[in-house]
Amino acid sequence: MGETLTLLFGQTVQMFLVLLVAPAITGITRRTKACFMRRQGAPVIQPYRDLIKLVRKEAIVAESASWLFRVAPYLIFALAWVAAALVPTFATGLLFSWTGDVIVIIALLGSARFMLALAGMDIGTSFGGIGSSREMMIATLAEPAMLLVVLTMALAAGTTQLPGVADFLIAAPFTVHVSLALALVALVMVALAENARIPIDNPATHLELTMVHEAMVLEYSGRHLAMIEAASQLKLVLYVSLIASLFLPFGIVRVEAGPVAWLGGGAIYLGKIAGAAILLGIWEVSIAKMRVFRVSEFLGGAFVFAFLAILLTFVTREVLK
Amino acid sequence: MTGVDFSAAPQLAAILLYAAAAGFAAVFHRHRVALAAVYPVCIAAAAVASFADLAALIADTNAGFRLPLGLPSIGLHVKLDALSAFFGLIVNIGVLTSAIYGMGLDRDRDLSARIEPFFPAFAAAMNLVLLAGDAFGFLFSWELMSLTSWVLVVSRHWDADSRHAGHVYLVMAAIGTVSLLFAFGGLAGATGNYAFDAIRATPPGPLVSGLVLAGAIVGAGSKAGIVPLHAWLPLAHPAAPSHVSALMSGVMTKVAIYGLVRIVFDLLGEPALWWSMIVLVLGGASALLGVLYALMQHDLKRLLAFHTVENIGIIFIGLGLALAFQTNHMEPFAALALTAALFHVFNHSLFKSLLFLGAGAVLHATGQRDMEEMGGLIHRMPMTALAFLIGCVAISALPPLNGFVSEWLTFQAILHSPDLPQLGLKFLIPSVGAVLALSAALAAACFVKAYGVSFLGRPRSEAVRHAHEVNRFALTSMFVLAGLCVFAGLFPGVVIDLLAPVNLALLGDRMPVQTSMPWLSVVPTVEGRSSYNSLLLFLFIVVSASLSGFAIHRSVSRALRRAPAWDCGFPDPSPETQYTASSFAQPIRRVYGTIAFGASEDVDMPAPGDQRPARLTVSLHDYAWEMLYAAPARAVLSLSERLNVLQFLTIRRYLMLMFSALIVLLLIAAVWF
Repeated sequence: MGETLTLLFGQTVQMFLVLLVAPAITGITRRTKACFMRRQGAPVIQPYRDLIKLVRKEAIVAESASWLFRVAPYLIFALAWVAAALVPTFATGLLFSWTGDVIVIIALLGSARFMLALAGMDIGTSFGGIGSSREMMIATLAEPAMLLVVLTMALAAGTTQLPGVADFLIAAPFTVHVSLALALVALVMVALAENARIPIDNPATHLELTMVHEAMVLEYSGRHLAMIEAASQLKLVLYVSLIASLFLPFGIVRVEAGPVAWLGGGAIYLGKIAGAAILLGIWEVSIAKMRVFRVSEFLGGAFVFAFLAILLTFVTREVLK
Repeated sequence: MTGVDFSAAPQLAAILLYAAAAGFAAVFHRHRVALAAVYPVCIAAAAVASFADLAALIADTNAGFRLPLGLPSIGLHVKLDALSAFFGLIVNIGVLTSAIYGMGLDRDRDLSARIEPFFPAFAAAMNLVLLAGDAFGFLFSWELMSLTSWVLVVSRHWDADSRHAGHVYLVMAAIGTVSLLFAFGGLAGATGNYAFDAIRATPPGPLVSGLVLAGAIVGAGSKAGIVPLHAWLPLAHPAAPSHVSALMSGVMTKVAIYGLVRIVFDLLGEPALWWSMIVLVLGGASALLGVLYALMQHDLKRLLAFHTVENIGIIFIGLGLALAFQTNHMEPFAALALTAALFHVFNHSLFKSLLFLGAGAVLHATGQRDMEEMGGLIHRMPMTALAFLIGCVAISALPPLNGFVSEWLTFQAILHSPDLPQLGLKFLIPSVGAVLALSAALAAACFVKAYGVSFLGRPRSEAVRHAHEVNRFALTSMFVLAGLCVFAGLFPGVVIDLLAPVNLALLGDRMPVQTSMPWLSVVPTVEGRSSYNSLLLFLFIVVSASLSGFAIHRSVSRALRRAPAWDCGFPDPSPETQYTASSFAQPIRRVYGTIAFGASEDVDMPAPGDQRPARLTVSLHDYAWEMLYAAPARAVLSLSERLNVLQFLTIRRYLMLMFSALIVLLLIAAVWF
């Protein structure tokens, strides 16, 4: 019974950890970008203040909006939150980590995107439509590459449960990591596209015709917007944690090790995501946004990398035999 | 086998009931009351048959007997096993819901002698195909199914499009039946025994089995709508009345899959390696092209029909995987792949029927099938909109509904493919997996478009602005199907366990028992490798969504103001400024359409000072139609025009021709022997 309680407690910690950490990533990334642009920039806690401000504000809803427009933000938030809670962060073997493997996690984000794209179409403005249509197009390019990355992982680790993959990789020989390097490149490219980051989309844009994600949520305000912003931040945490648990799995503890060990795992995890956020900021200041129809070339590249990763893993498997 | 066996009696009684309804409606076709009585009788028959099929599936019945009907001295073999019972369940659920929808039809406007007598006949024919225990009974009922559905397709014969659809359907159905005829001929072999039990006992040699497979794929595949034999499907399915479209797209394509599974997995014996490759490639091509075609449509029913092609492709991918694992005697994985395929058969029958009934409801309420004229229906038809949304989420393979479960199982089977020894399959299957992921993402895009353009936004035409909610029969039928989608999504283990006897009969193995798993998780092969628990995920999502909503409304702010849309400060009141179906599909057309359809955009921009409007013309090529249908049709026409000269000769020339023909034949005979 005590065992189960520990597990349950670990799962709860994970849920609130991702929720609390999520705005910080955005804050660190923005701060890094500001530093490189020699601006002063907002403090790291600014995204928290923004969320609180938005939640307090009155929500303004367009006259032509239906119930779907008002329900969608909470659903999107819940889907992103549940998905983010299933990815190993500081510990593996959480109580509910078996409720879905990595395909399920990707698909939960797919459901969130589906609802968001529908919400974009709900008001009946051309900006919402353009955002939804481009978002779904980008998703069609990203998903095949993502599946091949998953297949590479399953091939190496013999499982698609993320804790299992992480446990395997912690103990794995170095050669496995080398053959997964291409998969890492592909996964990072997909993550950039899925999170609407530069060069696919610009989260800070104010030019309407270049917007994808921002165009979809243009009509949202107040608490609804806060929910959607929080969901995007959770999605970023999810992808960062996914990459960290797959390619930098050191420091992740087993949940049975107890709360004291969690602290160590948690500290290392926070270090990893802070590093990722800084890297993301550096990446974003050093590259320009692409034209929307160049996205197919970018994500096509991700697909090719993922396919090569599979081939390389086949070869490594033969050699290791 | 010849002894009296009553286990198939309820199914036969249901077929008789269908037939009685058909006959009754045909005799009293002038009386609208009599026509309206068809649907309640169908509901009764379908309910009896579904329960009987469910019971037979659970009890794993295997009954066979001979009725003294049909060909003299052979009779009619009737056979009921787990496979028939499973497909029978699908067929009769489809008939049940379509008939409920039919009860709500307007007695004076919608009922006609061209539809009501054939609806139960169609249902009876589909049930007969599943119960046939010999090739004669199978082909007879298959042809009956084709013809009754053809009559329903041409029920609006005054419409030129309907006539064209009927024509293409009839030609394709004939080609399909001929191929099946050859397939069964090959199966029966030299002994000529057409009973399934005899065929199973003597499997044909490798060459003949290859030919039988080709015949089965052409025959059953064309009925199911596999690319490139799909061309009739998007013409014929939407042309019928909507509740018949639901039956044709949701159910009849499944009867075709039944035919294929029966021949390939049951009757043909040991599969060869290349079979799985062909089925996988066909499946991948259908999945991808089907959804791309669907994305290019702006007619709601045609979009749904094209989307059937995609789903048949997904089913084919599952069947191909099962064949690949079966060839290598990896039965547990073969059972996983076959379960995935059959689960998708079940799922697709539910959500495709639901979506067609929803499209029918919209058509009934607005008179529109063109999405470019719709918009904002969620305000006017809230219940239909809710049911349609459930169908859209389910068909887009999104958790926690049922479409995701079957695609997830297919992916799990794909993830086992590296264990296959053949290098060709090792590389082919990940590629097919990528195609499956691509088509799933495109399907989501397609249904965001379908739902977003027709139900969301603002109304684009007067009829849509004044649309009204449909009657309670139509709503009941849709919500029954939506409820089944949710049930199969949240309790997938129940469906997987129901499929166990089918797998045991066809492959000799089954997936692990799911309903005894902790928390009703789905575990495809072994615990710890991968698992999925939609029930818990659904609860988590619902709880966290409602808790966050409740917390914010309760403790922070619940203020809400309605205002004009923001639209970056320049809102345009005209609904014309909304994104349309074609504009939604434009990025996808640019990215994929240039290869798949040779899509090109032509902008006609008037010179400065010219008053005429600028025009954007988009041209798409349907290569499958142009090469496989239009080209042979042109060849036949031009040949027949040349030969037409022979019709108008003088009598001397006819005599000449006959004389020379005689001489040529005699010469051949002299040289030959």
